[in-house]
Amino acid sequence: MKWGVITFPGSLDNYDALYSLETVLGQQVISLWHKDRDLKGVEAVVLPGGFSYGDYLRCGALARFSPVMQSVVEFAHAGGPVLGVCNGFQILCESGLLPGALVRNRSLSFVCQWARIKVETTRTRFSAACHTGEILRIPVKHGEGCYVADEATLQTLEDQGQVVFRYVNEAGTADESSNPNGALHNIAGLTNARGNVVGLMPHPEHAVDSLLGSEDGRKLFSSVFAH
Amino acid sequence: MLAKVYITPKKAILDPQGKAITHSLHTLDYTEVADVRMGKYLEVRLNGMDRGQAEQRVEEMCRRLLANSVIEDFRFELVEE
Repeated sequence: MKWGVITFPGSLDNYDALYSLETVLGQQVISLWHKDRDLKGVEAVVLPGGFSYGDYLRCGALARFSPVMQSVVEFAHAGGPVLGVCNGFQILCESGLLPGALVRNRSLSFVCQWARIKVETTRTRFSAACHTGEILRIPVKHGEGCYVADEATLQTLEDQGQVVFRYVNEAGTADESSNPNGALHNIAGLTNARGNVVGLMPHPEHAVDSLLGSEDGRKLFSSVFAH
Repeated sequence: MLAKVYITPKKAILDPQGKAITHSLHTLDYTEVADVRMGKYLEVRLNGMDRGQAEQRVEEMCRRLLANSVIEDFRFELVEE
């Protein structure tokens, strides 16, 4: 399967995403530049973490208007699988591909730690290889990962099963102690109604090798080509 | 024409920065401070526009880029230079 990893000025996890897909998972993968309009025939897109355009104005706000994002939005609307990680998640929200927004962590501190996330639905292109209720161990590292949306939106997300990943404790309960950033409903990751666009704050591309502490991140990528 | 644009977090959105600033002001004995909300201030200089046009264009800029309606409110004033 041919993947595209987008690089914006300020992206920093693009190489980890490329490594995960190519070296670890044996996929064909190309790097796409923010100025590219042509997605070069890729069958899945990853928006990596980092600080696109220096996080100026708001995280992801300027990346949204880059040439490549116009094509990614069209690709997503046509049903193409798109994964946004961390800053990529912020870009998906700013682009309107996912509802809500990500704001400053409630603690005001940057968090860099392991997180446990529970898989709430497997009906997405990036969670199909998981089991519902499965707990994945994947790291988070961000300053602005507190998910917010109005009550009506949250209700819709819950009712339609669009919450994909939730921060939980060891017992699998979504409590305050397991929530690294204050996200409403402990939301770590979301999908659109169709299930082809997924955004999450934790970094699956940093959890693809037991040497680095976890291989759980592989499942998000393999969901796309193995299911 | 100069547009002075004020962007503030929506009332319903938690503003941890404002809260931290409130706390610091209390520490400095400004106990009368009830609440601080922290936002952004932008100065947008416009070329060759009358007031009506500018009003419409700046409103559009705020909606499309400068503010995120999920989390922020905006208001602006136009000043002749």
